[in-house]
Amino acid sequence: MAAEGGTAAEALVGQVVLPGDLLLLPAHYDEDAEGERLRLSAGTAPQGRLLCGPGLRRSGAGLLVTKCGLLRHRPGGGGAYWVDSQQKRYVPVKGDHVIGIVTAKAGDVFRLDVGGSEPASLSYLAFEGATKRNRPNVQVGDLIYGQFVVANKDMEPEMVCIDSSGRSSGMGIIGQDGFLFKVSLGLIRKLLAPKCEIIQELSQLYPFELVLGMNGRIWVKAKTVQQTLIIVNILEACEYMTAEQRKQALAKLSGN
Amino acid sequence: GVLERSREQLLRQTCEAVLLGVLHPRTAISLVLQVLSDAGSLLSCCLNAACMALLDAGLPLAALFCGVTCALQPDGTILLDPTARQEQEARAILTFAIASSNRKVLMATTKGSCSVEEMQQCLAAAQRAASTVFQFYRDSVRRRYSKC
Repeated sequence: MAAEGGTAAEALVGQVVLPGDLLLLPAHYDEDAEGERLRLSAGTAPQGRLLCGPGLRRSGAGLLVTKCGLLRHRPGGGGAYWVDSQQKRYVPVKGDHVIGIVTAKAGDVFRLDVGGSEPASLSYLAFEGATKRNRPNVQVGDLIYGQFVVANKDMEPEMVCIDSSGRSSGMGIIGQDGFLFKVSLGLIRKLLAPKCEIIQELSQLYPFELVLGMNGRIWVKAKTVQQTLIIVNILEACEYMTAEQRKQALAKLSGN
Repeated sequence: GVLERSREQLLRQTCEAVLLGVLHPRTAISLVLQVLSDAGSLLSCCLNAACMALLDAGLPLAALFCGVTCALQPDGTILLDPTARQEQEARAILTFAIASSNRKVLMATTKGSCSVEEMQQCLAAAQRAASTVFQFYRDSVRRRYSKC
């Protein structure tokens, strides 16, 4: 498929795109209509600006694909295009909830390894109910579930364990025991989708606690060590199993 | 040795031309290639492997690239992807790195001597052959994402 001149973006939604492919946008997203355009009649063109998501860059008349993957489109609110790609290495993004491992305490700030190119910093005041007198009990080697407030390519990433209203909403230090392991980012996104089948099927097997970090890290804790390891093995294998194979594996386990 | 160093330099220049390093400042990106078996056309094999590795790792690329080797035989015929035997008998060996956007040449290296016209002919043949390699990339990626 010769794509030197570019192909229409809508034609490629749901298909594999490779870096270097040029996507042409429909005519009503013209570059010269930066501001509001007066419409004399109620046009069918959607309002709002087009969002260019991960894996795409604006270039001239269209979008240049920079990562390989499946092209996705969301029609609401002006529309958004992005590339759904499989990756193992995490790049910090603002607002992502991740699991970090404390590697050092430097004065008032903890250094966390989040799997990116730089360690993230977490202030001791960024916990719910923390004051200068009431410090959180964080040791080196602890697991922390938090979100990024600052994460761009120019600055060191910063995390917090409270949301904008000051409540922890599930974030903070992850408790004792349990098992932490790493999977690819695509699997995490699949597990985080609403009504994920894998999680529903697993919850019928044993009760367990699960924390999913967008940096590819998963923490699992079940009643016994053996149950925990079974769940870990299933989650790791889920990436390469089809739905039928997974149902067979789970049926075998619940039969035992 | 010196030969490995020069191959590393050529690979590095090619990768730097397509990688969007702007998105990763103050970061080292290291690419490690391990030769398992060498049956000729080693440099273009390394280029293809490097491109697939960058693609698989999810690094932002402006375009794909591939490597094509041409061997100029003593009687003037052009042979693409020569084996080690054919490389030894050839008069000149030319390796080109070709980008997927408009088949631009990113890197060209020659061993032996050839005339300018012969080099142009080899370049044209390499650009045509590059399409086959890019189609292979597309098919591999398609196969990988068909399992999701």
